[in-house]
Amino acid sequence: MADVTIAAPASAPAETGSADHSALHRTLFIALAALLVVLPFIPVIGYPFFLMKVLCFALFACAFNLMLGYGGLLSFGHAAYFGFASYVAAYTAKHWGLTPEVSILLGTASGAALGLAFGSLAIRRQGIYFAMITLALAQMVYFFSLQAPRFTGGEDGIQAVPRNNLFGVLPLGNDTTTYYLVAVVFLAGVLLIYRIIHSPFGQVLKAIRDNEARAISLGYRVNQYKLAVFVLSASLAGLAGATKAIAVQLASLTDVHWSMSGEVVLMTLVGGMGTVFGPIVGAAVIISMQNFLAGLGAWVTVVQGVIFVICVLVFREGIVGVIGKWLKKPL
Amino acid sequence: MFELIGIPPQALFGQLLLGLINGSFYAILSLGLAVIFGLLNIINFTHGAQYMMGAFIAWMLLNWVGIGYWPSLLLAPIVAGISGVIIERLFLQRLYHLDHLYGLLLTFGLALIIQGLFRNYFGSSGLPYQIPAELRGGQNLGFMFLPNYRGWVVVASLVVCLATWFVIEKTRLGAYLRAATENPTLTQAFGINVPLLITLTYGFGVGLAAFAGVLAAPVYSVNPNMGADLIIVVFAVVVIGGMGSILGAIVTGFGLGIIEGLTKVFYPEASATVIFIIMAIVLLVKPAGLFGRTA
Amino acid sequence: MTNFRMNRRSVLAGAAATAFTARSMAQAQQPINIKIGVLNDRSGLYADLTGEGSAIAARMAVEDFGAAAKGLNVQIVSADHQNKPDVGANIARQWYDTDAVDAIADVPTSSVALAINQITREKNKIFLNSGAATSDLTGSQCSPNTVHWTYDTYMLSQGTGGAMVKAGGDTWFFLTADYAFGHALERDTTAVVQRAGGRVIGGVRTPFPGTDFSSFLLQAQASRAKVIGLANAGGDTVNSIKQAAEFGITAGGQKLAGLLVFVNDVHALGLQTAQGLVLTETFYWDLNDSTRAWSRRFAPQRAGNMPSMVQAGVYGATLHYLKAVAATKTKDAAQVMAWMKANETDDPLFGKGTIRADGRKLHPAYLFEVKKPSESKGPWDYYKQLATIPAAEAFRPLNAGACPLVRA
Repeated sequence: MADVTIAAPASAPAETGSADHSALHRTLFIALAALLVVLPFIPVIGYPFFLMKVLCFALFACAFNLMLGYGGLLSFGHAAYFGFASYVAAYTAKHWGLTPEVSILLGTASGAALGLAFGSLAIRRQGIYFAMITLALAQMVYFFSLQAPRFTGGEDGIQAVPRNNLFGVLPLGNDTTTYYLVAVVFLAGVLLIYRIIHSPFGQVLKAIRDNEARAISLGYRVNQYKLAVFVLSASLAGLAGATKAIAVQLASLTDVHWSMSGEVVLMTLVGGMGTVFGPIVGAAVIISMQNFLAGLGAWVTVVQGVIFVICVLVFREGIVGVIGKWLKKPL
Repeated sequence: MFELIGIPPQALFGQLLLGLINGSFYAILSLGLAVIFGLLNIINFTHGAQYMMGAFIAWMLLNWVGIGYWPSLLLAPIVAGISGVIIERLFLQRLYHLDHLYGLLLTFGLALIIQGLFRNYFGSSGLPYQIPAELRGGQNLGFMFLPNYRGWVVVASLVVCLATWFVIEKTRLGAYLRAATENPTLTQAFGINVPLLITLTYGFGVGLAAFAGVLAAPVYSVNPNMGADLIIVVFAVVVIGGMGSILGAIVTGFGLGIIEGLTKVFYPEASATVIFIIMAIVLLVKPAGLFGRTA
Repeated sequence: MTNFRMNRRSVLAGAAATAFTARSMAQAQQPINIKIGVLNDRSGLYADLTGEGSAIAARMAVEDFGAAAKGLNVQIVSADHQNKPDVGANIARQWYDTDAVDAIADVPTSSVALAINQITREKNKIFLNSGAATSDLTGSQCSPNTVHWTYDTYMLSQGTGGAMVKAGGDTWFFLTADYAFGHALERDTTAVVQRAGGRVIGGVRTPFPGTDFSSFLLQAQASRAKVIGLANAGGDTVNSIKQAAEFGITAGGQKLAGLLVFVNDVHALGLQTAQGLVLTETFYWDLNDSTRAWSRRFAPQRAGNMPSMVQAGVYGATLHYLKAVAATKTKDAAQVMAWMKANETDDPLFGKGTIRADGRKLHPAYLFEVKKPSESKGPWDYYKQLATIPAAEAFRPLNAGACPLVRA
C-alpha cells in the first residue's frame, strides 16, 4: 500500500465542483477582492507594508498547499523556491534595471526551474523520505545563497531593490500603489490555483493522493503528475517570493532558510490544508502574530511551536477546515 | 601519490582522523534516528533539540549541582531519555493511527518549543564547558597533534554504536524489537508488551542524542542552536545510508564524516554542501539509499 | 502598531520631566519631543555587547545631558532585530512611519545596518550607528543621514594587522568566515600586512557559521605562518580561539590575531584560553579616570558587566545628537546633521573628536593584548595597552572610501 496519503479531512465530502459550491466559491472570491480593495483604508492593520507581507506569504502558503493538500506531497524545502526567486527578482530589478513585471516573471521562472530539478530527484522517494530530501536539497540552496555574494549579497542580502516603473511607464513610488500591484498578483495566483485544483489534472492529483496504487493501476503515470504539481507549486512559490522582493525591497537569507519552510507548513496547517482559503487565513494569522508579538522575542518561536503541536494533535482540519465542516461545504 | 594533488600525506592523515571525529557525531545521531524510525516509523525532528538538551543538562549538572563530566555522561542521557518517554506517552502515541508525516510535523513543533525555551532562558551566545581534567592535553602522533579529548570521542562513540548494534541484532531484547518492527500485532499476541517497547525505544533514541550532546559540550560551545543545523545534515546522512540497517547508519555516519573532512582540505568552500551533493547522487543511482531496503 | 518593548520607566520619566519644565521654565517655548529607537540584538550572539546595555547607555546620555532642563523631552525605545535585515528593516519602517521615531541608534550586524542606513535616508531621519563593522557605511553606501561612530573593518585591520607585523609577525595565514564581512576583513588586513612588509602565505574560507574549526586550524598549523588571522566574528571567533588552544597551536608558538574581538568575548572565553590575543578597540572601560567613572555607573545596571565599546559608542553618539537638537532647536535631519559635523564632539568615553563629511566619527584606537591570568588583578581586568593609534591613522582617509558625498 502506498502510504503517502496525508488526506485532508476537510476534503471528505464530494468536491467535484458541484454547482452550488462553485457559486459559493465565486461569492467568496468576490468578497476577497472587495476586502483587498478596502484593506489599506482600515486603521491599524491597514499599514500597506504589513499587508503586502501578508499577501505574499498567503500566496506562498497557497502554492505550498497545492502540493500538500491536493497532491499529498509534504515538501519541507519550499523556502528554496520562494527565496531563490526573490533573489532573482531583486537582482534583475537592481542590477539590470528590469521593470517589476519582468523581474517577477523571471523570478517565477527560476522557481519553476529549481522545482523541476529538485522535483525530479525528490519524487523518487515517498512520504517521510520525500520530506527529508526536499529539506536537504533546500539547504543546498541556502548554502549557495550564503556563498555566492556576487549574486545574493551574502548575509547582506540584496538591499534597496528599486521599484521601477511597471511596464516601464506606471510609477510604483509609494507603498499603497505597490500594495495594489501585490493584491492583483496575489488574486491572480490564487485563482490560478483554484482553476488547477478543479481541472481534470487536479482530479487525478487527488486520486493519487488518496490511493497511489489505484491511480497507477488505472494507467496514470503517477510520477509525471507528481512532478507536474511539484513544478507548478514551486513556480507559484517563486511568484510569491519574487513579488515580495519587489514589495519589501529586500531579498535576504531569511527567506531561503529552512525555518521558512517550516513556517509555510505551519501557515497551511493552521488555516486548513486541502482547502482553498485555508492557507490565506493561516498566513494572515501567523504573520500578524509575528508582527504584533515581535516584542516577545524568542517566545514567538515557542508560541509557534505550541500552535504546531496543537494543530497536529487536535486541530488537524485547521481554521477554515473546521468552518467548512460546520457549514458542510468545502471551502 | 598524494603529493600529486598537492597535499602531503601527513596532513591527509590528520584530516582523515578529524573527519572520523566529526563522523562520530553523525553516527550516533543517525543511529538514534534509525532506531526510532525502525519501530515508530517517525522521523524524529526533535533529535537536534534533544542533542542540544544533552549538552545543556551536562552544563546544568555541573554548574547547579556540581556533578562533573563523567557522571553526566550517564545521567544526562537518562534525564533526556525520561523526557523522551514523556513526549512519547503524551503526544506521539496519539499519532500512530495517522500518516507518519504528522509525526514529523509534531516533532518539528516540539523542536521549536524546546529551542525557544532554551534560547529564552540561556540566551544564544553559548556557555563554556571545560574539558575534563583527565583528558586535557594531547598526543603528538608525528603527523598531527591529537587532543586526548578528541580521541576519546571516537572511542566512546564507536563503543556505544557497536553496543547498540549488538543489543539489537544479537540479544533476545533485540529480537523482540525486530519482531515488533516487522509485525507489531503478532508480537503483541505472543505476550510482549509492544507499546512499552515502543516507549522505551523512543527514550533510548533520545538518550543516544543526549549522549552525543554531552560528548560535544566540551569541544563546541553549549548553545541552544547547536542542534538545529546539525540535524539537517544528519537527515541527509540518513537518506544516503537508507533506513535498512543499524550497521548501515553507523557506517554511513563515520564514512560521511571522513568525506567531509577530506573536502575541507581539497575544497573547503564546499564542505558544508558536500553531503547534500552526495545525497543527490545516491538518490539518482540508488533511490533506497546505500543500505536501504526497497519498500 | 507599537509592538516593541518600550521602557515604561523612561516614558514616565519623560512625562514627569515635561511637567517639570512646563512649570519651572517660564518660557513660552514648547519642549521638543524626541524619540530615539535603540535597535539591536537583544537575544542572539551580540546581545551581551549591544542589547539592553546599549539602551542603558542611551538613557545615561539623556540623563547626563540634562535633557529635560534644556527643553528636550526624550524617550528611548528599543527592539530586537534578531540579526536579520528583513526584521530590522520592518521595525525601522514602522518606527519611522507610525511611531514617530526621530533617530535610530546602535544597530550591530553589518547587513542590518546597511538596510537601516538605506531606510533612514529614504525617510530623511538620523541614523547613529555604533554596532556595525562594515566600512561601506561611510564608503560606497555613505549617506548624509548617517553617523558611524565606534569602529569599522578598516580600523580593525589597520590596528591589529599593522601592529602584528611590527612585532615580528610577518607571515600570515587567514581563517576567513566565508561571507561578505569575513572577506572584507581579510582583504583590508592583507593590504595592511603587505604594506607593512609582511607576507600572506595562505588562507582558508570556513563555512559560516561554523562550529568545528579543527580541520582549518590544522591547515594553519601546517603552514607554519607566524600569525593566524581570524577574519570572523562572534561564535566563530570564540570557537576558533578555543579549539586553537585545544590543538596546542598557541602553545606551539603561533600567534592568533583576533580581528574582531570584543571585551565580552574575552570574558566568555576566560583569560586561560584568550591570553596573549592581540586586538584593537576604540574603548576599554579601564582606559582612564573618566571611562572608569562612567563604567562604574554602568556596570551595576548590567549585573556587573562592564560596557563594550559598542555601548560606549551609543552613549557618545546619543549625547552629541542631543546637543545638536538642543542647539539648533529643530529635529530637521539636515540641520541637525550639519551641526553635528560642524562641531567638535566631546564626551567622557572617547574624549574630543570630529565627524567627517562622510559620516565617519574620528577618535583614537588602542591596541591591546589580553593579559595572562597571573597578570589580572580582578574581574574584568583583561587588557594591557600596547599602543595608541591616533585618529588620523586609525581610520580610512576621507578620499579613499569612494563615498559619493565627498566627491560632490
